[in-house]
Amino acid sequence: MSKMLIKGNEAIIRGATLAGCKNFFGYPITPASEIAETASYYFPLVGGNFLQAESEVAAINMVYGAASSGVRCMTASSSPGISLKMEGISYIAGAELPCVIIDVMRGGPGLGNIAPEQSDYNQIVKGGGHGNYKLIVLAPNSAQEMNDFTMKAFELADKYRNPAVILADGFTGQMMEPVEFPEPVEKFPEKPWAIKATKETKDNLICSIDLDPDDLEKHNIHLQEKYAEIEKNEVMCEEYKTDDADVILVGFGIVSRIIQTAIDELRNDGIKVGMVRPITLFPFPKKIIDKYASKGNVKNINVVEMNNGQMVDDVKLVVNGRKPVSLLTRIGGNIPTVKEIINHIKKRG
Amino acid sequence: MKNNQSTILQKSPIFYDTFERKAGAQLKVTHYCPGCGHGILHKLIAEALVDFNVDDKAVFLSPVGCSVFAYYYFQNGNIQSAHGRDPAVGTGYKRANPNSIVVSYQGDGDLASIGGNNILQAANRGENITVFFVNNATYGMTGGQMAPTTLIGQKSTTTPRGRTVANEGYPLKMSELLSTLEAPVYVERVMLTDPKNITKTRKAVRKALKNQIDNKGFSFVEVLSACPTGWKKSSQDSKKWITDVMEKYFPIGVKKDVSEEREPTIVKRKTPKYSDFHKLLDIQSLNSLPDVPEIPKTQNISEEIKIAGFGGQGVLSLGYVLANIGMGHDYAVSWLPSYGPEMRGGTANCSVKVSSDRIGAPVVDNPTTLIAFNKPSLQKFEADVVKGGNIIYDSGLIDSPPERDDVNGLPIKATEIADKLGSTKAANMVAFGVYVGLTGYLSKEYIQWGIKHIIKKEKFHKLNLEAFNKGFEFGKKHK
Repeated sequence: MSKMLIKGNEAIIRGATLAGCKNFFGYPITPASEIAETASYYFPLVGGNFLQAESEVAAINMVYGAASSGVRCMTASSSPGISLKMEGISYIAGAELPCVIIDVMRGGPGLGNIAPEQSDYNQIVKGGGHGNYKLIVLAPNSAQEMNDFTMKAFELADKYRNPAVILADGFTGQMMEPVEFPEPVEKFPEKPWAIKATKETKDNLICSIDLDPDDLEKHNIHLQEKYAEIEKNEVMCEEYKTDDADVILVGFGIVSRIIQTAIDELRNDGIKVGMVRPITLFPFPKKIIDKYASKGNVKNINVVEMNNGQMVDDVKLVVNGRKPVSLLTRIGGNIPTVKEIINHIKKRG
Repeated sequence: MKNNQSTILQKSPIFYDTFERKAGAQLKVTHYCPGCGHGILHKLIAEALVDFNVDDKAVFLSPVGCSVFAYYYFQNGNIQSAHGRDPAVGTGYKRANPNSIVVSYQGDGDLASIGGNNILQAANRGENITVFFVNNATYGMTGGQMAPTTLIGQKSTTTPRGRTVANEGYPLKMSELLSTLEAPVYVERVMLTDPKNITKTRKAVRKALKNQIDNKGFSFVEVLSACPTGWKKSSQDSKKWITDVMEKYFPIGVKKDVSEEREPTIVKRKTPKYSDFHKLLDIQSLNSLPDVPEIPKTQNISEEIKIAGFGGQGVLSLGYVLANIGMGHDYAVSWLPSYGPEMRGGTANCSVKVSSDRIGAPVVDNPTTLIAFNKPSLQKFEADVVKGGNIIYDSGLIDSPPERDDVNGLPIKATEIADKLGSTKAANMVAFGVYVGLTGYLSKEYIQWGIKHIIKKEKFHKLNLEAFNKGFEFGKKHK
């Protein structure tokens, strides 16, 4: 296979199409609009359906409807649009419908700006909608991963009957890099629960309402068991030069790329530093972080984020006071520079 | 049609015998109050679905309201949706499965208030679905609050002194509103008061469903229906109130009907072979083209280039060509643009990295080469350039050279040269040539082949090559 230079946002739609997704419902917003634009061009060519919805709220509900029929479907937006989708996401999670949601994060709160931020961590990973639900969350850091993780997200969504999110940022969306595209997926899992408008499926019900407290409790326990299963099976994490590291950096998405460069330079100065990069934010790579929290030679753990410090809480929960945890953040669309990370680590000693 | 003469006195086969989907012990009785209109309308819809032989492929949507529990009774695929969102959910479902018959069953708060835009837009798109809008002028399920259709003076738990125009405005006439749109094929308001009007309702229900079966598009039936519990009236008084009060403001009748003249729209989707997907998706790599020249050997490099200028000077496309050529040489590359309103406002810049090693941060903080097409860009980025780095700048447009003496300044009148060659648009290729000539790690032959595949506009091929060559000679001299 050979490579093609392509924007992250456009790689997402190639990946989705190769994963058999033929239904896109979305609403324009910078810096995610290329995803809808690319879908509007290519989906009809492969027998798919693209619709620009009247709002983010409508788009996520169209996804709810399409997913009920058993097809692979998706929507894409950026932070303020994702806030609008939260009601629908809660319903989709409650009704256990598989779908893929792309969030190309930008600066907030409110209208914020269109520069990259990672401040949707809490709303996506902790559940911005109501109820006891979780989303499967994948955080790509390259155009190649925008394709690969989109394909993976469809697979996981179907496997667990759960919405899966690609949590990207303005940079991973807008950046162009070489991408290798795989062959299209040709086999898809059976979905006996889906409403196919046939005699065989007419007893099927897509629903998130349970008036009886005992029934609703049972449903919620089932959901938690499913999430535990996902935590057991689906953790993805990348480690960079951690083998002999006595200083650990933790960062996800585009930040992990900046950390990587900082590590190379710090090692030139003789500082043994390595990176743990959570790829799945739910399930969070607790075991791997735990390994370094309990490792004798590790002096400290340092989280870098483009928000006010959101993932750091999850890191601290795992570390549980065993090592000092520091936080370096840039907010507002600024990104931490390699120099800032180097200085931060050198100051920590 | 199975049986045109079927009577609605029988239990429709579409209804469950025992309501297993219902919680609790009373699985033989409905949850509706005595005198409520939902039961009658359920029966009319059930009868029509069976008569038209579409009961298996009917999909019922139930959003928030008393009728959210319609799935207790209808043996159909049922999608329960969020408050007001039926038309969007139905749109998604129908487009994913155009062979289905989608029945949206909504109340007044759901449809006309919280879901107002969803119904308007679905109607305006002419979605091929059927919407039944039950207007009982109150929020029945939530306990008698004001609805968008609550009448002036009507008391509710949130208009305890009666609805006033001054505070809440006028009740919404949804049928009249939707009938002004081009797309809907059929809009009628009916009422469930007496046998004559129930017969009219039956006809409307059938027509609205038939239109969908015939792929004619969006049909809408508004049904004035009693809510004796919410209205705190007896069943008889409720019916009388519909006739005497409600119907005066919400007159029954056909508001729009173009069923006869409307041509059916059949959804036809392409079914390409999987083996064609890459081609359809324009997935193609430069080096897999048949006439690709020999791929040059890579060297040990780590180039960080910042390109900046006004929008329209080809800043981003220069970066795109460079990244593509770098990729063609088997280097790791990244291209990162400034984006959004900043770009539309005039200034543009992009960061390109070309490296023999894996690329970490795609951002260029300290360029090894800055290519500047205007003065603000030079001023903005000059200080960032690494010691000993290059600054290629358009000296025809920038009147003062870089101030630093620890960098390699390369003035070239790129725009002027390109203009003489035929178009100022090729100024970026002049600068590209300078960069390639100067740095020497990219193959001229490969570029001369590659440019025409990367910039696909054929009329610029010759010009681009000439511009590149001019720049290349200049760059090589200053190596």
